[in-house]
Amino acid sequence: MSKERIKIAPEFFDIMPPEYQDLVTRATYGNESRGWKDIGTSKELIEEHSLCAGCPESMAFRYILASLPNPEDTVMVGSTGCTSLVFPHVAVHNIHSLFGNQNAVASGLKRALTVRFPGRIKDVVVLAGDGATVDIGLDMTLQAWFRQEKFTTICFDNELYANTGGQESGLMQKGFVAKMAPVGKTFEKVRLPEIARESGCHYVVNCTVSKPSLVEKVIKNAVYVAREIGPTYLQLYTPCILEIGKNSMEGLQEMRDSEKPTERFAYKEYISEPAKQLLAEIAAKEKERKAAAKQLTSQEA
Amino acid sequence: METTSVIGTKNKKGQVYTDPRVMMNEAPRTPSFFTGSEVIKEAVRRASVDVMIAYPITPQSEAAALIGELFAEGYIGDYFRGESEFAVMSECAGAAFGGARVFTTTAGPGTMRAMENFPMWAGARLPIQCIVTCRGINSPLSIQPDTIEISYLMQTGMLVWHAETAQDFYDWIMKGYMVSEEPDVHLPLALCCDGFFVTHTKDVVNLTPADMCLPPYDPYRSPVPCMDMECPPVRMMRDPFVMKSNYISYATHASWQQEVWAAIERSRKHTIAWMDGLIETENADADVLIVSSGTAVSQGREAIRLLADEGIRVGLVKIKTLRPWPGEEIREATKNAKYIIVPEFNVVGWMAREIKASIPNSDRVIAGPHVCGGMTMPPEIIVEQIKHALGIRSAALAGRGS
Repeated sequence: MSKERIKIAPEFFDIMPPEYQDLVTRATYGNESRGWKDIGTSKELIEEHSLCAGCPESMAFRYILASLPNPEDTVMVGSTGCTSLVFPHVAVHNIHSLFGNQNAVASGLKRALTVRFPGRIKDVVVLAGDGATVDIGLDMTLQAWFRQEKFTTICFDNELYANTGGQESGLMQKGFVAKMAPVGKTFEKVRLPEIARESGCHYVVNCTVSKPSLVEKVIKNAVYVAREIGPTYLQLYTPCILEIGKNSMEGLQEMRDSEKPTERFAYKEYISEPAKQLLAEIAAKEKERKAAAKQLTSQEA
Repeated sequence: METTSVIGTKNKKGQVYTDPRVMMNEAPRTPSFFTGSEVIKEAVRRASVDVMIAYPITPQSEAAALIGELFAEGYIGDYFRGESEFAVMSECAGAAFGGARVFTTTAGPGTMRAMENFPMWAGARLPIQCIVTCRGINSPLSIQPDTIEISYLMQTGMLVWHAETAQDFYDWIMKGYMVSEEPDVHLPLALCCDGFFVTHTKDVVNLTPADMCLPPYDPYRSPVPCMDMECPPVRMMRDPFVMKSNYISYATHASWQQEVWAAIERSRKHTIAWMDGLIETENADADVLIVSSGTAVSQGREAIRLLADEGIRVGLVKIKTLRPWPGEEIREATKNAKYIIVPEFNVVGWMAREIKASIPNSDRVIAGPHVCGGMTMPPEIIVEQIKHALGIRSAALAGRGS
């Protein structure tokens, strides 16, 4: 979609909803250097959310939507869970269909967009919770990776089924007492990042969303690698403060505590050789672009 | 004046995008001797399909693999084997959300495994075409023909058609897209046939020219936005309905479901125009009528021939579409019948139940004979059922104990 498409006819501008006017005049569609720093200075692609106050998922959503490199040509696929309560507020096309089938939907979607728009970039990004990604949808998560489907899978890992009220999930820690794990979970947290690497993902990161700059970096890398090379996977800790007994203002600290070097969300990444090469090329081009811009500014001054 | 129409232009295989009415109703036909599976391939070759997703399950595997050959030849945009029927139907959904014309095939247990997807397809208004080559679904394992899965499909909000012959199949695959892609319909189509009887037998089928194909699907005629970011994304709702336990939420869900079923009703006029009615009748003024769908109709024809030899006149009603349900047509066609015989290839007799619910004096309906689990339906057992109804003594068939 070019920005031309969403231009409002001048005669009708004043009767369009203010949210829509904002989207057209102040959103960052088409801005190549968009990122988390735009938050608060321009129209965000998420208007509001219906998550709990202080939910780290809401932060993650804002950072991710600010960081997508190409939102004007990005389609997102969600699944059932807390994330599905947010997507209706998001200003990129997004699909919710069933619980756990997100990577299957994304496979068909990406292929259809490739058939319909040859030579054009259409990014597909999946965003789903850990129940959808690792439990009910694990088959389809892995099979999309085996097939080398060219889209990004983001898992919001809150280590339980939040939207249904805090039941045990595969990504829950061993020993945690939860609904449906009345004597504590009896097996280890599933090692999906390692499984993703072995399943053919070219870029895998396990981290929290405590640092927006880090989220921006990994989102951009994951989308670029998926676009050019093959599947990518991000596992982002977005704790369910409600179900682990924290207060609204304690989500950030919970993430910081969990990303310490010995903790389960210590930053971990895996990058395949072709992906390393691609990211190096992109970094070199970015450097060149910035140098040229700097030169231009100094000339003008 | 300049036109943006693709009619008359060629696709990359050199096929001419042809006005579907010209292609289906006027273009010359070539008789060809093909299996049902091969006929599916030939129809898809001419249907300008963008994406086909396949999964092996008897008896649809051959057709699904043959369409792979079409992909290799360049007739289809993309094709791959999915990981299960549930996943395949979700992959089909993704492709249709992205604006592609989508084709797939399944059967029996695969239909059941995929089932969660079908009401979602209908609710999302995705005009996917799914061929269902019916087979048994229950334990003990059977791979043989049995139409019980159709009774589940009938409640999904999909269009459901039941082909009798390979010729039906050939024509209805293409006509099916034309009906289901109408803006006032825009629903998925389950195009069913009886597995093996249609897929694995050879028949003479009159094919349209191979150098003509349907115009491509235009996703911007859909009543819901295509998920390709080519039109402005709207914020769909202030709060997701699932969050709300209130009247607005319930009313929204209710009206959406009503709209899906209204769209099935609106498909009626298009289907009648394309298929020359939702039912076909022969000698509908006879006292005894055989009413059914699929190959039970073919067996009924044989029974009618056998009875005619004995001077007993029996008429026939072939039901072509189950959704939309031709209730009015059946009521009219059966109004003078004293006995309505409903032979079926399933144990529950869903067709007889549907008919009973549609006509006055439903005690005229004789639900049977039924065969299931892959048994064939010899015309003789239909003959016997009719004679029994008429009070004519007949020699008991071996094993029936009647």
